[in-house]
Amino acid sequence: MAEKFTKGAARNIYYGGSLFCILLFLALTFHTTREAPQTSHEENLTEAVARGKLVWEENNCIGCHTLLGEGAYYAPELGNVYVRRGGDASFKQYFAAWMKIQPLPAPGRRKMPQFNLTDQQVDDLAEFLKWTSEINTQDWPPNVEG
Amino acid sequence: MTNTSTLKFASQSVAKPYFVFALILFAGQILFGLIMGLQYIIGDFLFPAIPFNVARMVHTNLLIVWLLFGFMGAAYYLVPEEADVELHSPLLAWILFWVFAVAGTLTVLGYLLVPYATLASITGNDLLPTMGREFLEQPTIIKVGIVIVALGFLYNVGMTVLKGRKTVINMVLMTGLVGLAVMFLFAFYNPENLVLDKFYWWWVVHLWVEGVWELILGAILAFVLIKVTGVDREVIEKWLYVIIGLALITGIIGTGHHYYWIGTPSYWQPLGSIFSALEPLPFFAMVLFAFNAINHRRKEHPNQAAALWAMGTSVMAFLGAGVWGFLHTLSPVNYYTHGSQITAAHGHMAFYGAYAMIVLTIISYAMPIIRGQGQAAPNRAQVTEMWGFWLMTVSMVFITLFLTAAGVVQVWLQRLPESGAALSFMNTQQQLNIFYWARELAGVIFLIGLVVYFASFFVKGEAADVAAMKAARARAQI
Repeated sequence: MAEKFTKGAARNIYYGGSLFCILLFLALTFHTTREAPQTSHEENLTEAVARGKLVWEENNCIGCHTLLGEGAYYAPELGNVYVRRGGDASFKQYFAAWMKIQPLPAPGRRKMPQFNLTDQQVDDLAEFLKWTSEINTQDWPPNVEG
Repeated sequence: MTNTSTLKFASQSVAKPYFVFALILFAGQILFGLIMGLQYIIGDFLFPAIPFNVARMVHTNLLIVWLLFGFMGAAYYLVPEEADVELHSPLLAWILFWVFAVAGTLTVLGYLLVPYATLASITGNDLLPTMGREFLEQPTIIKVGIVIVALGFLYNVGMTVLKGRKTVINMVLMTGLVGLAVMFLFAFYNPENLVLDKFYWWWVVHLWVEGVWELILGAILAFVLIKVTGVDREVIEKWLYVIIGLALITGIIGTGHHYYWIGTPSYWQPLGSIFSALEPLPFFAMVLFAFNAINHRRKEHPNQAAALWAMGTSVMAFLGAGVWGFLHTLSPVNYYTHGSQITAAHGHMAFYGAYAMIVLTIISYAMPIIRGQGQAAPNRAQVTEMWGFWLMTVSMVFITLFLTAAGVVQVWLQRLPESGAALSFMNTQQQLNIFYWARELAGVIFLIGLVVYFASFFVKGEAADVAAMKAARARAQI
């Protein structure tokens, strides 16, 4: 590195650059946080959806599945599972049956544990997945398979 | 062979339990990684005793906790030496060690022994729900414990810095450690709106690994390079500022590469793409930094293994975090690769290269001195350690390559075709078994490397510095 580039100059770039980026990031955060109610349709975030999110969390679903592409890569994406498995017409029926028959008796297949959820919990979880599927994700995932 | 400690300050030896426990947890992490790797192929392996989600939680949480133990050990070792004073309170460091070790062990046992929902209920997750989010699965009470341990730790090293010399290395390390603690507080913020939950979750995860942890990495690397090369402190400090400046300037707005598809505004796509495309720069600077320092070294330090780790961590961090990060960071690419095995490939090499290896670097440098082996472990022990280095590092390269290949095929089959033509997730996974078997094999070799590395601590021989001195004397006589 050239002699003219001193430690002081490097330090000033570190302080100045970081400060600038932190301020810009905070401004963008402020804007994103204000936009989130629209992009997520917060008006549809009912108590059932909130309860469903807690069921999602307290059974560590993210430990196998992805949700909007984040999580573990062992089991299918669930951000759009509502659309993939029938939507308004039949998702809830499908989902309740699916949760009941776990773990599937197929040898060698990846196993989902039986979580012994109540009917109410299954319904709340379904509401949460429905709400999640309606988030504006900039058209992600590329196709229905997630 | 004498066993007198060559420590500059006796209190530095409190780093030892931290390093030893970190390595024990590292071994646990690898074992659970192998279990998961097998569950990827044989879906009912160990089911229902250890379901995949439990194994994964143990694998990732052990990683985080052993790195934290490593960082704390590094700080207890290098902060007094840099500050030129004894550690403020070795007793506090010992108390916090046991608190953290017991809490960590209980958490892992909790994961393994009771269903997660039961763990959530007995620890009162309903009162302040923070559980069940990736990497932040710890019960809320354990999170509170982590904050308490972090505060006590920061107080201890902070007081040490205040009493002594405020070197650039110490100040950068402190900034990184304070940042680590502050960003962790966002683990307690879990809004009902999933979009906001995810948005702020990244403040812990991304702003740790692509933010403040890079300061810790840079500071530890700078410390070890000064010690093993004798290069002028002014030069090292200038490089350190360049590295951490680049890290924060690219990394903070670079958080945007996680905000493409989670319900956040579309401007994050150009912003995240541009800034995170520059994120390899600090890692590239680190490679130049390490190799320049070693090439312009002013002395031959007897600890060759530590120098190897220092160069290795810079290269592997650049490859794993820099190159493999760049591979899928541009939003048009990430649209297809997001949440695929490409992400897993990047995660493995980045964490190993940047953070596992920097902790192994400081352990390699500090442990012989703490153990009273002189400036370095015996030559034979170092050779064994270097075998461990190459076995682990090369197998990690292969793990990354196999996962990348799996990811490319996954994207090809599952993501690129239109709805209807695309293969389902589960059917795609079946096509990837060959790659998963290869990954598992590479994982077994990694474990062998780890065993060799552990064995190096027990290899006896003439102290490296004594051997070097004798060799020099023999040359002089000729």
